[in-house]
Amino acid sequence: MRYLPLSLLIFIVAAQADPYAEQRERLVEELTYYAALAFDSRDGTFRDDVLQAIGTVERHRFVPASERRFAYENRPLPIGHGQTISQPYIVALMTDLVDPEAGDVVLEVGTGSAYQAAILSGLVKHVYTIEIVEPLFESATARLENLGYQNVTTRLGDGYFGWEKYAPFDAIVVTAAASHVPPPLINQLKPGGRMVIPVGGRFTTQQLLLIEKTERDEIITRQIAAVRFVPLTGEH
Amino acid sequence: MRRFLIATLFVSAAAIGYEILLMRALSIVQWHHFAYMIISLALLGYGASGTFIALFRHWLEPRFQLAFALCALLFSITMLICFVLGLRVPFNALEIIWEPQQFLNLSLIYLIFFVPFFFAACCIGLAFTFRREIVSRIYFFDLFGAGLGALLIVGALFAMTPQDSLLVLAALAVAASILVGLVSSARNILIAVQTLWLILISSGLPEPWSDLPLSEYKGLSQAMQVVDTRVIGTASSPLGLLTVVESPTVPFRYAPGLSMSARSVPPEQLAVFTDGDAMSVINRFDGDLGKVGKLGYLGDTTGALAYELLQSPDVLVLGAGGGTDVLLALYSGASRVDAVELNPQMIELVRETHAEFAGGIYDDARVEVHSREARGFVAQSDRTYDLIQIGLLDSFGASGAGVQSLHESYLYTVEGLQDYIAHLEPDGVLAITRWLKLPPRDSLKLFATAVEALHESGVSDPGQRLAMIRSWNTSTLVIRNGELNDAHIDSIRTFARTRSFDTVYYPGMPRSEANRFNLLEQPYLHEGAMEIVGGNAGALFARYKFHIEPATDNKPYFFHFFKWDSMREVMELRKRGGAGLIEWSYLIVVSTLMQAIVAGCLLILLPLARIRGTWPAGTGARMGGYFFLLGLAFLAVEIAFIQKFILFLSHPLYSVAVVLSGFLVFAGIGSGFSARFKSDNAIELAVTGIVGMTLLYLLLLPLVFQQFIGLPDVVKVTMSLALIAPLAFFMGMPFPLGLKRLADNAPDFIPWAWGINGFASVVSAALATLLAIEFGFTVLLLLALMLYAGAAKIAPLL
Repeated sequence: MRYLPLSLLIFIVAAQADPYAEQRERLVEELTYYAALAFDSRDGTFRDDVLQAIGTVERHRFVPASERRFAYENRPLPIGHGQTISQPYIVALMTDLVDPEAGDVVLEVGTGSAYQAAILSGLVKHVYTIEIVEPLFESATARLENLGYQNVTTRLGDGYFGWEKYAPFDAIVVTAAASHVPPPLINQLKPGGRMVIPVGGRFTTQQLLLIEKTERDEIITRQIAAVRFVPLTGEH
Repeated sequence: MRRFLIATLFVSAAAIGYEILLMRALSIVQWHHFAYMIISLALLGYGASGTFIALFRHWLEPRFQLAFALCALLFSITMLICFVLGLRVPFNALEIIWEPQQFLNLSLIYLIFFVPFFFAACCIGLAFTFRREIVSRIYFFDLFGAGLGALLIVGALFAMTPQDSLLVLAALAVAASILVGLVSSARNILIAVQTLWLILISSGLPEPWSDLPLSEYKGLSQAMQVVDTRVIGTASSPLGLLTVVESPTVPFRYAPGLSMSARSVPPEQLAVFTDGDAMSVINRFDGDLGKVGKLGYLGDTTGALAYELLQSPDVLVLGAGGGTDVLLALYSGASRVDAVELNPQMIELVRETHAEFAGGIYDDARVEVHSREARGFVAQSDRTYDLIQIGLLDSFGASGAGVQSLHESYLYTVEGLQDYIAHLEPDGVLAITRWLKLPPRDSLKLFATAVEALHESGVSDPGQRLAMIRSWNTSTLVIRNGELNDAHIDSIRTFARTRSFDTVYYPGMPRSEANRFNLLEQPYLHEGAMEIVGGNAGALFARYKFHIEPATDNKPYFFHFFKWDSMREVMELRKRGGAGLIEWSYLIVVSTLMQAIVAGCLLILLPLARIRGTWPAGTGARMGGYFFLLGLAFLAVEIAFIQKFILFLSHPLYSVAVVLSGFLVFAGIGSGFSARFKSDNAIELAVTGIVGMTLLYLLLLPLVFQQFIGLPDVVKVTMSLALIAPLAFFMGMPFPLGLKRLADNAPDFIPWAWGINGFASVVSAALATLLAIEFGFTVLLLLALMLYAGAAKIAPLL
């Protein structure tokens, strides 16, 4: 009994230090559960380090204050300027699909809130990210700096031509679908590299386009449904 | 007296004008038109005003003129305020599956726009209630006003922006208020307020209230976020708000279906957005049609497939927009091109405003441009073509997010495809490109539609005439007017292989070829196509979790893929990245129906409970039932006709304007005539007329439309009104005939009769839309006839 006040104090301090930690943990559990049910790239689960990144990055710091209460719900949220922060399940899946390694250099086209860049930041050597919408670029840059993400470099500009200076890249993540895949991006992908593009509306990702460049420079594209959904009844 | 009648006419005209204007404004700000919702809430206004007048009758009677003038003034004021507020409700349709709050926002829109209609309806209701001695003249002016209002708003939308059109309507309402207010008891105060309001109106809506706040998720809003983009021109008409945007720093590079191995990228482009979305582009064209020139990218899109099967074809492009498909035709060596575009302002942009940028393609000697609707143009044309091309007319955003499922489209129906095929030369080709979704929806439905159209055209083995390829985001279907031979198949395979496109189907295609470049988990599209040509389509439609049965002119909802059976599964899957499987706009109609029921109960029926009265036992059930059935049936017929006439009149807005005003005017005349209809069986006779006319139209309208769809718009509008007139005339009778019997037997029940009828109409506007989507217009109309028959059965008991 005599330790109760102390425990309470520790609990309050811990809660104040990161009141969202528990929600984040629940989100990771939810993603683990769903990944086991649904289609994914790795035998029914996301990579541990991907889930760990989801469990570490403070998503509530990447959404507007008005949306903060939903920050750890597994759903996309508006971040202003007609853009969204992706559903965590999709972020995990996209990250998993590009198969990030510690020494990788990754290009992201469409910084948005910088949540995807922050997730990748803990998994790779460096993330270069380009945003076309100026206010989003400014807020994302400031956010990354404030939160201490030092291996993420941002740029305002047209992502169509990639970032020649730092090319080639081990992986490229395009967060906004265009009417076609920019050829310069394919050129800037290393042999053995992977590019992933979500296809669909802002709040409704339809599918993911995974482009792989083989060691022999061949291009293989895969259309990956985010979820296992057999369109015919009686086939599961 | 005259000023009073004119005031009624003004209010009535402004009310229907406002109804149509709101449909236009909402389709700019949001995605699809909210026609069914606006009709429902306008009726709610009328229903609630009936209840209001019944409740406060004794208080209102001595102050009748003041009340009329006040209501007209409030109509004018709330018309503007609610327009500004209603369009600013943060309703995000795309978020509806994630955020229940969005349903509340939708209800808020419904309630906000209800207010002006309530005041307008109060004016009309007050006139009917307290000027009984001239009721037939009021009726005439009310209905004449409705017809005039529809005409006025369509004309206004051609001449000015929706915002300025709104000011005209507001001025009309305040003019009504002034006319009656001059003889009212509180004349001086009223005149001061009216004058002040008129001054405010004439100075226009101040910014930012005059802006149409486009959803930030629409293509135009997204484009404007990009550095240095700017709007370089706009054009507005009832057919759409066109916005031309240039983006010098970050070019548009719009090339759907472009091959991954494309050798070139698009040239400089101007984007043209229709209602802030559905982007079309004008390509910079310098006259160089060389294969290695700036247009080389066109040959590397799936849409170029058809040209592999033809030499110097005579081409018809349906939905020419900014001219990309016309350029593709010229680039591919077309000898001649007929380009059909619905919106004349779009043609003007390419031909005149940006003629230099577009390289004068619409004035090329080989190109003839027609400002016509696609189906109408084809139906009246006696030409045949080597190639009929239908490109992408909608944006992937709209297609991918399920925003179109309510959108009737007569372009992709079985009858439509039959018409196009009938206009092909022997060995000619029809080519249609669609966005590709996973699991397949549009593409598979289109394939099934083509098979059905060929069957209906008497082709015994449609599979021999079809081929389909896909890129990662588009599919192109070609339908040949003749069987594909080995040389054609070789061309198709080579075209696909050299551009890293996959073949989905061609006669005799092995499964092993279905999944080589853009790898799918399983080639559902190929498997589905094989099942359809294999004569197993019915079973596939039943087993498939999306609605992929071909759309027809009777059920022209090509974009409707929603199935109730799949609802639970897809809702569960949304948290696992499956949100794109949900066709949410269908859910919006369902929730509109729910809110119509709730609002109808709260605003129409519940307040009536305060009215004390007595009537013979059993009156409630019989009379209530009678007026309830009439309300449901009337609106079911009206909604079915609005949707049906879109095919004939080319555009939803024209159809709404003509059909709505046609029904109001001629039902009104029928209603007026009913007073002289002395027969004991008057109701039964009127219903017999309704049933007879409707059955006749069910048989005749498709033939009439087919025969006359190519006529000029003015003639078609006149014909439509002439067709609606006799049916609406009969439909106008049962209600007043019922009221007359009520006046004799149970006068205290009259407010309830109005209320119940109003409630049923409010509900029916949304319900009929749902029924049309699910079962088609024929079933909806037959159902309406059964309701009328039910009412006629009750009639002798009234």
